[in-house]
Amino acid sequence: MNPAPSVIIFTVLSGMGFGYLALLATVHDYSGIAAFWHWFVGYALASIGLAASAFHLGNPQRAWRAFTQWRSSWLSREAWGAVLTLLALAPVALSDWLHLGLPGTFGWLGAGLAVVTIAATGMLYAQIRAVPRWHHWTVPVLFLAFGAAGGCLLAGLRMPSLLALLVLGGMMALHWRVGDGAFARAGSTLGTATGLGGRGQLSVFEPAHTAGSYLLHEMIFVVGRRHVPKLRALALFLSVVLPFLAMLLLPGRYGPYVAVPLHLLGAFAQRWLFFAQAEHVVGLYYGKR
Amino acid sequence: MTCLPGRSERTLGLVIDLDTCVGCQACVTACKGWNDQGYGVPLSDQNPYGSTPSGTFLNRVHSYQVQPADAAPMIVNFPRSCLHCTDAPCVTVCPTGASYKRVEDGIVLVNEDACIGCGLCAWACPYGAREMDADAGVMKKCTLCVDRIYNENLPEEDREPACVRTCPTGARHFGDLADPQSAVSQLVAARGGYDLMPEQGTRPVNKYLAPRKKDRPDKASLLAPLLDIQATGFAGWLDRVLGKI
Repeated sequence: MNPAPSVIIFTVLSGMGFGYLALLATVHDYSGIAAFWHWFVGYALASIGLAASAFHLGNPQRAWRAFTQWRSSWLSREAWGAVLTLLALAPVALSDWLHLGLPGTFGWLGAGLAVVTIAATGMLYAQIRAVPRWHHWTVPVLFLAFGAAGGCLLAGLRMPSLLALLVLGGMMALHWRVGDGAFARAGSTLGTATGLGGRGQLSVFEPAHTAGSYLLHEMIFVVGRRHVPKLRALALFLSVVLPFLAMLLLPGRYGPYVAVPLHLLGAFAQRWLFFAQAEHVVGLYYGKR
Repeated sequence: MTCLPGRSERTLGLVIDLDTCVGCQACVTACKGWNDQGYGVPLSDQNPYGSTPSGTFLNRVHSYQVQPADAAPMIVNFPRSCLHCTDAPCVTVCPTGASYKRVEDGIVLVNEDACIGCGLCAWACPYGAREMDADAGVMKKCTLCVDRIYNENLPEEDREPACVRTCPTGARHFGDLADPQSAVSQLVAARGGYDLMPEQGTRPVNKYLAPRKKDRPDKASLLAPLLDIQATGFAGWLDRVLGKI
């Protein structure tokens, strides 16, 4: 699949933002102007991510229509989750900032919505059976692990960060391991795609078109798969190992200053790979994956 | 709501005969031609006369080579377009309700006025049947020529999809696949029509007919009797004598 910058920025930043907002609303206890800045960062990450997703649309002026199909569409549910979370947490943020003393229940409600939103983002991809690497429960869980780790690091919570990073590392490895055999397990081949499987050795004789097309550009992205092992190592080190060491070894408040930028870079590398490595079954028709 | 209809009364679709398709691309051209002026925005081209042309098409014809273990290789031309699936994954993923499957005839359509161009439906389709129009930013797909098949301004013989109407070898058939008595259903029953990628669970309406078994020539040449030349006269005598020495 084409690793479009808009969707990479969207999933990474909004995941981290909603993870952070969920923690701010529950376990964290800032007040006054400090609270304002912390909430600002959370809202900014989530909103920049959501805004980036609009750049992926052919007709963003009609984006409001995406709220109509929540009963069947995960993208619609994701949109509702995002907006409801940001609305539900606004009074909590104001209460922290201006000392209004809102009961904690409101925070937990908003945090729950944030978790649902991150899971819905993962389901956008996990629901697609035609991309076997994505069609697995590890995808939403991995997105949730990213949200938890990013949120804990931003909040500077030492022990929760270390734990969340361990879980994230494990999920990332599991997602890669499960994903590597997914295409073969799905059972789609040029033989099933054309129904000519049992007749002998089957190969592409001529392409359907010599020029490029939307399909080739969007779903048959074959560039950059050569460097998969290097990119995986990079993603794992930057998003998990180095932030883990930084949070473990650096004193007090300095940990997050080092860990957060590294984790973010690693998350971008992981997400680029998430798209670039995912193979769509339509590639079979072109003899490319 | 972009939920799928439980059951549609008729299920219109195509039956494509890989035995008779010659790969002439006439259906590709006819489809592009009709859909440039009919339903929705025209199918745009980008840089059509330049060095890197590309464009939106609703129907593409591939060519595959089959090499059986014990026979000569065979070329199979393979038209690929929307299969109007019963369990269409492209419909349920749509966040806006633009993508829908009609209850009355099972045709899968896009309401382009409501399409935001997110591309999720094209990702969900295993068959690559949907292409985003780069000019209009909306999703295009086969409409089964919904603006032809019910069009009473057209002569009756033209009330079928443009690809079917134009096919010079009769490799494309159009009809109601829910009706077991229809010509297309009979054809599917007689020739063992099959689904593409059944493991994807989409339950396509369109069916494909496999290439028929080809005749194989006998091992011995048909000319064998003629090759056994018997000389006569002097040449015959010489032949016999030389044979005995």
